[in-house]
Amino acid sequence: MPAAGGASVSAPPSSFDYFADRFFRGLAYAGAGLILLLLALILFEIGGKAWPGMREHGFAFLTSTTWDPNAGQFGILPAIWGTLYSSFLALLIGGVFGVVMAIFLTQDFLPPQLAQVFRTIVELLAAIPSVVYGLWGIFVVIPAIKPAADWLHESLSGVPFFATTLSGPGLLPAALVLAIMILPTVAAVSQDALRQVPYKVKEAAYGLGTTRWEAILRVLVPTARNGIFGALVLGFGRALGETMALAMLVGNANQVLLSLFAPANTLAALLALNFPEAGPKEIPVLMYAALVLLAITLIVNLAGSAIMSWSNRSERAR
Amino acid sequence: MNPGSLRRRALLRLPVATLAAAVCFSFTISPAVAQDKIRLIGSGASFPFPIYAAWFKDFSKVSGGITVDYQSKGSGAGIQDFINRTVDFAGSDSAMTDEQISKVPAGVQLLPMTAGEIVLAYNLPGVKSLRLPRDAYPAIFLGKITKWNDPKLVAANPGVQLPDLPITVVRRADSSGTTFVFTQHLAAVSADWKAGPGFGNTVNWPSSDKIIASPKNDGVTATVKQTRGAIGYIEYSFAKLSKAEVALIENKAGKYVGAGGEAGMKTLASAKLPADMRLWITDPTDELAYPIASYTWMMFYRKYDDPKKAAAIQKMIEYSLTEGQKMSEKMGYLPLPANVVGEVRKAAANIK
Repeated sequence: MPAAGGASVSAPPSSFDYFADRFFRGLAYAGAGLILLLLALILFEIGGKAWPGMREHGFAFLTSTTWDPNAGQFGILPAIWGTLYSSFLALLIGGVFGVVMAIFLTQDFLPPQLAQVFRTIVELLAAIPSVVYGLWGIFVVIPAIKPAADWLHESLSGVPFFATTLSGPGLLPAALVLAIMILPTVAAVSQDALRQVPYKVKEAAYGLGTTRWEAILRVLVPTARNGIFGALVLGFGRALGETMALAMLVGNANQVLLSLFAPANTLAALLALNFPEAGPKEIPVLMYAALVLLAITLIVNLAGSAIMSWSNRSERAR
Repeated sequence: MNPGSLRRRALLRLPVATLAAAVCFSFTISPAVAQDKIRLIGSGASFPFPIYAAWFKDFSKVSGGITVDYQSKGSGAGIQDFINRTVDFAGSDSAMTDEQISKVPAGVQLLPMTAGEIVLAYNLPGVKSLRLPRDAYPAIFLGKITKWNDPKLVAANPGVQLPDLPITVVRRADSSGTTFVFTQHLAAVSADWKAGPGFGNTVNWPSSDKIIASPKNDGVTATVKQTRGAIGYIEYSFAKLSKAEVALIENKAGKYVGAGGEAGMKTLASAKLPADMRLWITDPTDELAYPIASYTWMMFYRKYDDPKKAAAIQKMIEYSLTEGQKMSEKMGYLPLPANVVGEVRKAAANIK
């Protein structure tokens, strides 16, 4: 109600205000509850369908390396290994580039308009469909890295990372494309974190006589540490679940090797490629594999928040 | 059903802007259309999808109110849909097993509708024609022959300069009917293959950094085209479309044969269809036959609740067996030989 003349602007809440307040609170609780319910439902549904597979194959499913529907042997160790290895490599590359990019775009290295242009371009990367990344990987990335990979293999074949040749699809092209795919996530969230550092912190750092890089590396990045770490966890989660591009690039071979050039497999690719033609014997084991992927994602996120809260506590203790 | 309720339903579906027009038309047209309008829904095999889509599109034009929708989901999913009765018919590259058939109380009629060949596409710059002997190509896919200038290959290709390149095998990453047909042929030709990977929609391939996988026909084709020294199995229609170099394969009679309409028809004609219509020609004996070819099936219920639906299905089958077969060769499939068409037509009479 508009305040007229000398009437006070403040007024006790009307019954409508009370109602709206309660209604909104109820809505928020319901929304939060629904998310939990949805997660429980997904777990229940996948778990129910996976149960026959879990009973039949047990924990050996996680440690066996054979996937042979004809013999009824199923094991996903290579897929688990490939999922973690490719995601870790992608995080290593995409994480470093993403954080550096966030620093570059938020710390006044560029005129604001130009920074905005770059920001938009990076965010556009997130809008490219996964299949396009996959095709780009096949037609551009693989031919581009092949000479370097061949050279590394020939001159350093004793190093386990370069022990095999790159025949086409393989772990390295998959990880490189994955790195580009998680770049926008890491960069955008890190930028938000860096921008939230109050300007006076930076001014104070400069006031103490730090150089620009000292201010960035010793003051700003540590202050925004939580947000940046969150960005990396998000990026890792995205890498774990990425499907189509990896299905096209990773080579889909069930082997556990350290070599960057060998074809490997990932859980998401295994699921996507085997589901459409899966018979009644394969569906439970695929559901089991889906459950494992879900568990890995959950563990990564939990570990992420645990590390964050632990580092906060030790920070406060100092 | 009375015309009033029909009109009401039509009105509900239409956007407001066309409401007035709809009121006029619903009096005249919709009752007439509603009598003949039958929609058949199918799902399953993706391998025959391009030709099925062409058939059904053409058929809808001439059928007078029958429309057919086919979803290319994969043979496994199609069989599942068919057993659950969520579709009117289904497509499968691997027919149906006895166990699956026993789950359909209404009875199953399998009909081979078209057939396809699987070719070995390769990437060897400068090699325009490649002959693959019977004892060599299973060994290539087993990872036992690893170089293009292997003595076995050189002996089979006189006058061809085979390079000293490692062979990269490209296989399907996804579970597929193509792999089923190809591995079934390899198992028929090679005892080592039969004892090793065996056959199925996915098999346990030997692990090697020279055996790589790519999803779908397009993926395998693209990877073969990208990789020097690669060889991969794809459907003939894809090889035709992408103009990939394709090998001549030695058949059981010892002749080198290339894929194509003539050679494929010889393969199909070389064996007689059994009563249940399930026939795999894993290793044809005819000396002009191309060795790797297979039928693909549609599955129908023997008994439909709605006689109109059964009649519509009969019409669709008849169309596919006559007009449909004429499109096959152009699209990279094999037309069914005349005697097979006759038998399929006879079997189709079981659908009521």
